[in-house]
Amino acid sequence: MWLTLIRDRRKLMILKRIVLGVFLITGMLFNAADGSAAEKKAKVGFVYVGPIGDHGWSYQHNVGRLAIARTFSDKVKTTYVESVPYGADATRVITKLARSGHDLIFTTSFGYMNPTLKIAKRFPKVKFEHATGYKRSKNLATYSGRFYEGRHVVGLIAGKMTKSNILGYVASYPIPEVIRGINSTIIAARSVNPKIKIKVVWVSTWFDPGKEADATKALIAQGADVILQHTDSPAPLQQAQKNKVWAVGQASDMVNFGPKAQLTAIIDDWNAYYINRTKAMLEGTWKSQDTWGGFKSGMVKMAPYNKAIPADVVAMAEKAKDGIIAGTVHPFTGPIKDQSGKIVIPAGKTADDGMLLGMNFYVEGVDGTIPK
Amino acid sequence: MSELVVPVLLTIITASTPLVFAAAGEVVVEKSGVLNLGVEGMMIVGAVVAFAVGVKTESATLAILSGATGGMLTAFIFGFLTLRLLANQVATGLALTIFGLGLSALIGHGFVGKTFSGLPKIGIPLLEQIPVLGSLLFVHDILVFLSVIAVFLITYVLNKTRLGLIIRAVGENHHAAHSIGYSVVWVRMGCILFGGSMAGLGGAYLSLAYTPLWVEGMTAGRGWIALALVVFASWRAWRAFFGAYLFGGITIIQLHAQGFGVDIASQFLSMLPYLATIVVLVLISNNSSRMMLNAPADLGKSFHASD
Repeated sequence: MWLTLIRDRRKLMILKRIVLGVFLITGMLFNAADGSAAEKKAKVGFVYVGPIGDHGWSYQHNVGRLAIARTFSDKVKTTYVESVPYGADATRVITKLARSGHDLIFTTSFGYMNPTLKIAKRFPKVKFEHATGYKRSKNLATYSGRFYEGRHVVGLIAGKMTKSNILGYVASYPIPEVIRGINSTIIAARSVNPKIKIKVVWVSTWFDPGKEADATKALIAQGADVILQHTDSPAPLQQAQKNKVWAVGQASDMVNFGPKAQLTAIIDDWNAYYINRTKAMLEGTWKSQDTWGGFKSGMVKMAPYNKAIPADVVAMAEKAKDGIIAGTVHPFTGPIKDQSGKIVIPAGKTADDGMLLGMNFYVEGVDGTIPK
Repeated sequence: MSELVVPVLLTIITASTPLVFAAAGEVVVEKSGVLNLGVEGMMIVGAVVAFAVGVKTESATLAILSGATGGMLTAFIFGFLTLRLLANQVATGLALTIFGLGLSALIGHGFVGKTFSGLPKIGIPLLEQIPVLGSLLFVHDILVFLSVIAVFLITYVLNKTRLGLIIRAVGENHHAAHSIGYSVVWVRMGCILFGGSMAGLGGAYLSLAYTPLWVEGMTAGRGWIALALVVFASWRAWRAFFGAYLFGGITIIQLHAQGFGVDIASQFLSMLPYLATIVVLVLISNNSSRMMLNAPADLGKSFHASD
């Protein structure tokens, strides 16, 4: 009997959810009790895929939640559930939040898309916002950052800094968001150094410091001297520092973990967006919409550049960033070939958002194939 | 060739060591008839305590000792609940994991973003100078050596000593052991504490050597793999050791294969270690008499002298 129990980690998660559920329910009771006395506060809930202490993706969303709590301290109560796995658990957690009187719920990972859509239909009065997805409804908005803009800047720097001409990329899952980042990086890197190749290792997780570190070691052993990552822990950066190669922080400034190795970091800044949307909810002007913010809206930012980067490279990076803000530079400007050499974006054209959102091919210069 | 193979093998050793600690410790616990599913919880408490002490004191020795102590104290809660209060072992073990994850997040709150210098490498004199093999086998941090020594000691004690005989007797038939005057509760408590300190060491290895940092949930399910390895090893420490290396080996080799552009779906490769575990499980349990011989007969049963 216990064998099946231990093999099935999900059961543990369920138990965790049950405990959580009890907390939520008791929370509801207390709210009902004090609701009559004090003026009712609006409730904003968050669902995170990782722990808020991951120092990456979930951490930054939680920074956004705290910004809401600070700005509307007298009007809004925020709650969150962390480390919620995709699938049935996500459905349960989001449903619980919707049932327990939340007015606005942010589900902050791609895999929550279908559960969020389903639950949004069942709770038409609750407003939902799903990060990085593409399915919307009357009470379900989507939002994401144009992280590929940051990847473009990173690619330029990496292209100038590599000596081995091999970039290593620790990737999570083969979804368009991640593939777009890989492509954006290599296109930019090859624009300054056409000899560059990129090696990709998929770890099939957003968060496992040990495995991310192992993937980093594998890439370094195979000659990569700039490590890029699309997973959430600072472990790759730390390994890079240990092995004296370069790396780029992910989602938040990870400079503490590799002060020498971190060239820069792509920072997700959700604060302004979360505050605006909460404000709209409070004022009754909230509408379902799609937001895809980049450098221009401040949703994507670059961390301070490493002092070891030559001044002309920094200037080039800043120029590209300014160009993206001004609209004169687009990271996906043709001619761009896929791996087979076929032109996918003709010269002079840029990829539209539809192509970017559905990107499922590698461009020239990426080693290997996309796991199917 | 060797400059390519050695880093792979070194990474395998790092990836396997935390599993070796946790699984070998759990072998002892289960041999005494106790099923502690809280390995993940004890590991992560060990990880956070070791890291916190490491950052505060800058002493690797103190950090390692505190990691073991952290795991042991967590295990004590389990021992008290299941042996003294006769709580259900499965439920208590699961609760211990949830508790450990939460407690570690609380303790580690102030340590997110801090860094630790890592454990120093120790070379065994003379042996370390053997070409290739020397750097592969004889230059490691203290915990890697300790994990191997622990497996040898556990195998020896369980099979060749009076203490091992008592532990096994308690696990096979606690009433018989009780009737000839052994304190079932104290023998089991000792084993639980030992298992806890081993899990704590596994956690300490993660936060001190593997990835010298603290992030919540950094054990990422390794405690559960260790539990599966115990069954995989049919309750023998040295088999658990090989199981851990097999598991670590497949995990690491698939990462390297991807870097080389080997055209196999990475999802399949990620699945391989688990698949291998299941296949071996099926092979072992195929022969039910052999399975019965190895599994402690009183595994998971509560003991009360009046029963």
